[in-house]
Amino acid sequence: MRSGSVDALPRPGQTWAGWRRAAGTLWGVLQHDRFAFAGICIYALFVLIALSGDIFAQLVYGARPALTVGFVAAFFVALIGTSVGIIAGYYGGWLDAVLMRLADVAFGIPYLPFVIVLVAFLGPSLWNIVLTMALLLWKDTARVVRAQVLTLRERGFVEAARVLGSSPRRLMLVHLAPNVLPIALLYGSLAVGWAILTEASVSFLGFGDPARISWGYMLQDAYISQALSGGAYNWFIPPGVCIMLVVMAGYFISRGYEELLFPRLRRR
Amino acid sequence: MLLVLWVVATLLFLIFRLMPGNPLAAYIDPNFTADQQQALIHEFGLDLPLWQQYLIFLRASAAGSMGQSFFYHAPVAQLVWEALPNTLILVLGAVIIAFLIGAPAGAFLAWKRGTAVETAGISLALAVRAAPEFWVGMILLAVFSFSLRWFPTSGTASPGAQYASLWRQLTSPDFLRHLALPLLTLVLYLQGLPLLLMRSNMLDVMEEEFIVMARMKGLPEGRILLRHAARNALLPVVTAFALVVGYSLQGYVVVENVFSWPGLGRLLVKAVAAKDYPLAQGAFLLIAALAIFMNLAADLFYTWLDPRVSYAKR
Repeated sequence: MRSGSVDALPRPGQTWAGWRRAAGTLWGVLQHDRFAFAGICIYALFVLIALSGDIFAQLVYGARPALTVGFVAAFFVALIGTSVGIIAGYYGGWLDAVLMRLADVAFGIPYLPFVIVLVAFLGPSLWNIVLTMALLLWKDTARVVRAQVLTLRERGFVEAARVLGSSPRRLMLVHLAPNVLPIALLYGSLAVGWAILTEASVSFLGFGDPARISWGYMLQDAYISQALSGGAYNWFIPPGVCIMLVVMAGYFISRGYEELLFPRLRRR
Repeated sequence: MLLVLWVVATLLFLIFRLMPGNPLAAYIDPNFTADQQQALIHEFGLDLPLWQQYLIFLRASAAGSMGQSFFYHAPVAQLVWEALPNTLILVLGAVIIAFLIGAPAGAFLAWKRGTAVETAGISLALAVRAAPEFWVGMILLAVFSFSLRWFPTSGTASPGAQYASLWRQLTSPDFLRHLALPLLTLVLYLQGLPLLLMRSNMLDVMEEEFIVMARMKGLPEGRILLRHAARNALLPVVTAFALVVGYSLQGYVVVENVFSWPGLGRLLVKAVAAKDYPLAQGAFLLIAALAIFMNLAADLFYTWLDPRVSYAKR
């Protein structure tokens, strides 16, 4: 960050000219950055809608579990998926067969019901939700990474590394992993949205972490407190909008990333 | 397919048996004497070795019997079979309507490419897709049921309604009125995939040479769009059918709970909340079987539609 922008931040005790300069800078940023502008508009809208202090405070705190679950689950999904994909693709043979049958089974298990059953019996906590998601969601990443490794394995640089006497571990970590990383990141960013939606659903059904306020919990609270029949729109609209915006953000990130990865798509 | 089902059943058996705590915790009153508790545990066969329990479980599941619900004091099989038609009609109806709406809408957006209509349509479809489906259901409930009073708020039938047969019930106006909002919620949740897929396929197909040829022949634009482009773009969309069925299995559990729709998802959630192990097990097993069966059906349908793809090749 340039020092100029730090100066521009409004501080108590600043001179009138300082305040004017800060406002000017902010205006300049908003004019040039549509996203910052949209962000501030949405924020202002929320403060207005959720003006009753409780809802706004819950809304702000609710961002924590959503983002925590989203990023941690996505990280583990990408990690497990990539590891399984690289190992299955590199070794092939029976190991590949076993791992891919495992992926088939993970595909056959209905996802949300499984999370509900596991979380209910393991105990309602945020980490159990993350764990169950990591257990089931790795399959897509693993399949794609495996396919990629199957083609990479035959390339010259892998052959060269093998001739030079690299161990399989070094081959997989140093030569294969960096090449499948973009795909793993793509699927990871997709998983962020899934994880947040799942956390919200599980909390809404009443199996969430009772010690944390999340957006799903707020919706459940509104639902059982008859907010629907009372027409308390300001209670249940904001959390849903928050979830929607975060999930869309994850989607757009992965979308933009995809365009970087596969420039052929950009013309759409 | 049967293999996957067997693995799922085994996993389920292990999860339920290896859970900390006594599976009869909800059933045994704390006031029972130790002898009575032992007698009950013996009666349920929980003192047998694990492999014997497993064999009993497999044999019973294969025979379609899933034990007795602790909570409802009724056979699980009966409860689950009663819930199945409600779930099936909701899920299948929503998937089919989502395709019937999503595919033409996608084609339309591809045709309107580069206009404000397209931008607005795509943003809308994406936003609805990113919204949690139970929240969409809540908004629909608040607006159409509680404020406008157009639709009932929960269940499948008005109190006291009696029908001669299941078919009579499913086609009655009362049932359809109850079905409308849950169905709409699921359709909104599912429309995104067919819509986006159809749009991008259409954009691909529109650049093909036979479209240029059709233009050169001077055919009207609508005819090119429908007869030449859409027909060819439709095939991959149909492939996505299985995928959408999978999504719907994610969605309907929550939607059923928002609308108190007495289907499998609601049964599962209720059973899990009440620690009713046999019922939770039965409901989960049937949901899994349903998912696997629908996937297979979609695969077969696709093979029938496009003979170039044989089932063995995939």
